[in-house]
Amino acid sequence: MTRTIYDKSKGAREASAQARARDHQLDIPKALLRASSPDLPEVAELTAVRHYTSISQKNFSIDTRFYPLGSCTMKYNPRAAHKVALDPGFLGRHPLAPDEFDQGFLQVRMELEAHLKRLTGMAAVSLTPMAGAQGEFAGLSIMRAYLLSEGQTERDEILVPEAAHGTNPASAAMCGFKVREIPLAASGDIDEEALKAALSERTAGLMLTNPSTCGLFEQRIVEIARAVHEAGGLLYYDGANLNAIVGRVRPADMGFDVIHMNLHKTFATPHGGGGPGAGPIGVVERLKAFLPMPYARYMDDGSIELEGRFEQTTNAHPSSIGRLSAFGGNAGVLIRALAYIRLLGGEGLRRVSSHAVLAAAYVAKRLADAGFELAWPDRRATHEFVISLKKEYKDYGVTALDFSKRLLDYGFHPPTNYFPLLVPECFLIEPTETESLEELDAFVEAMIAIRGEAAKDPTILTNAPHTTPVSRLDEVKAVKTLDLGVHLREAHQS
Amino acid sequence: MSDVPDNLYYTETHEWVREEPDGSVTVGISDYAQDALGDVVHVELPELEAEFVAGEEACVVESVKAASEVYAPITGAITEVNEALESKPELVNEDPYGAGWFYRLMPEHALQASDLLDAAAYEDMTEDE
Repeated sequence: MTRTIYDKSKGAREASAQARARDHQLDIPKALLRASSPDLPEVAELTAVRHYTSISQKNFSIDTRFYPLGSCTMKYNPRAAHKVALDPGFLGRHPLAPDEFDQGFLQVRMELEAHLKRLTGMAAVSLTPMAGAQGEFAGLSIMRAYLLSEGQTERDEILVPEAAHGTNPASAAMCGFKVREIPLAASGDIDEEALKAALSERTAGLMLTNPSTCGLFEQRIVEIARAVHEAGGLLYYDGANLNAIVGRVRPADMGFDVIHMNLHKTFATPHGGGGPGAGPIGVVERLKAFLPMPYARYMDDGSIELEGRFEQTTNAHPSSIGRLSAFGGNAGVLIRALAYIRLLGGEGLRRVSSHAVLAAAYVAKRLADAGFELAWPDRRATHEFVISLKKEYKDYGVTALDFSKRLLDYGFHPPTNYFPLLVPECFLIEPTETESLEELDAFVEAMIAIRGEAAKDPTILTNAPHTTPVSRLDEVKAVKTLDLGVHLREAHQS
Repeated sequence: MSDVPDNLYYTETHEWVREEPDGSVTVGISDYAQDALGDVVHVELPELEAEFVAGEEACVVESVKAASEVYAPITGAITEVNEALESKPELVNEDPYGAGWFYRLMPEHALQASDLLDAAAYEDMTEDE
C-alpha cells in the first residue's frame, strides 16, 4: 500500500512555495487565531510532488490503457474539445451575469440544442439535466406531468426490460411510478408477447435502451412503439448507448417520445470520474410545454435570452416541470459537446458510430473464433457485446471475476462483469471507436493467453492480480464494513 | 456439480421448499443459486405475517455481484424469518439447505407437489442453464 504523506513527514521541512502565514502580520482578531500549528505533514516540496505524482501514476485511466467497460463508453475524448471549454472567455464568465454579458455561452446553448434536435429527431431539447440519471428523472417527470394534464391519473406503471440499466427502475420509482419488469425473449430482444400482456390502461410508458444493455438492436422497435402508443403509453429512450447509433438512426423515428443523452459518454467529456456530467433531454411536440427551466430563445434583435433562470414556471411556460439545477446545466460539458459535434460534422459523427460498431463486431468475431461463447451468437454486435465464461468456469473453475483480475496483469481494464445478470459468468465488452486495431488484437490475445493459463494452472487466475499496487481486494469486507473515511491521522500515529 | 437434495422441492427461480410437520414450509435458495450469486453480503428478510402470492417478491439477497429477488414459491403468510442472516449472510453460501434458510411460510392451501419442481426436474433445469 502507498503510505500517506504523513508517513513521510520528518519535521521542520516545508515547501517554500507556500509562504508561512504565521510570519506575517494578519488582520485577524487574536481570539480567532489558533494557538497551535495545524497538524500538516512536514515535507520538502519535491517530496510532496513525488508523492502525489506517484499516486496519480497508480490510477488506471483511458489515458494510460485500454478500458473496454461495457455500457459505460470509456472512450478517448479529444483534447481539442476540452481546449475550447478552457477558453478564458468561457472560464471567466459569471453564472449570475446578465444575459447581455453571456451571449457567447448562450449561443453555444442554442447551437447545441439545434444539433441535438437534428441528431435525435426530437422537437425540443433541454440542456439543464446534469447527469444521465437526472435526465431520466426529468424525462419521466415530463411524462407524468403530461399524463396528469390529460387527466390520465390512473397511468402509474412504467415498464422496463429485465436487463435495463439500474437507473431506469430507480428513476421511475423516484417519480412515483410502479415498475414492471418485462422479460427478454431467447433472441435477446424484449419479449413482445409479455410486453403486450403487460400493457394496460395503467401503462404510463416503456423505458428502453436501444441498442440494449445486451448490445443488441431491438429488431422490432417500430412494432413495439406502436403497441405502447396504442395502449396509451409513452416511450422513453435511455440514451446511454447513443454511441452506437449517432448519425445513423434517430430515436424519434423509432417512435420514442422522450430521450435523454449522456453528453459525458457520447460527446467528448471524460466519463467515469463521478462527474460532472450532462444529461440533456429531448421530447416530441406534444411534450414540449413540460420541459424544465430555463429556456433559451432568440429575441427580435437577434440576441439570446435565458428565460426563467430562477423561476419554477413563467407566464410563457406555465406547465414546466421547473428547475433542476442552479445555473441551467453543467456549462463545461455543454461546451465540449458542441466543440466535438462541430469538429466532427455529420460525416464524422457517422464514422463514430460505425467505428464503435465495427470495433465491437471485430473483437466479438475474433473471440468467438478463438472458442469463447457469445451470449447471442446469431445476433450481430452493436457497439458492445456479451460473452459468457460459463464453459471456462465449468472446465477450469475460474470465474469471470478471475479473468477480470488477470486482465489487469496484462495491462487491460476488465470489461463490465456480471451485467446483464441474465447471462452467467458474463463480460459486457465495449471497445469504443477510439481504439486501434493493434490494441483490439492485443486484448483478444490476452484473453486467449489467460484461458491457456486457466487450463494449465487456475491459481494464476484465482490469485490474480499479481502486478498491481494492491492484490485481490476483499469484496465481501468492502461491502459489509463500509468505511469511506481517509484516516491520515491514525495512519500517521500507528 | 451443485448439490440438489432429494427431499426438497424447487422453483424455476432457484428457491428450495421443505415441508414441515406443522404444515408450514421452509424456503431458502439452492446451492446452484448461491454459487451463481457469489459471496452473499446482505439479506433483506420479509416482515413477519407479511402475505405473498406465489411468484411475488418476498425478499432480496445481495451478493458482491448483484442484488436479486427471492420469490414466494407458494401463496401464504410469513411465520418466521432466519434472523441469523442479518449478521451472518455468509450462511447462505456456507449452508444453503441448512443454517442458510430464509423464511417459513404458512401456505394458504396445502402444498401441491405439481406446483413445484422435484429434485430431478430441478437438476435437469440447472444443467441446461
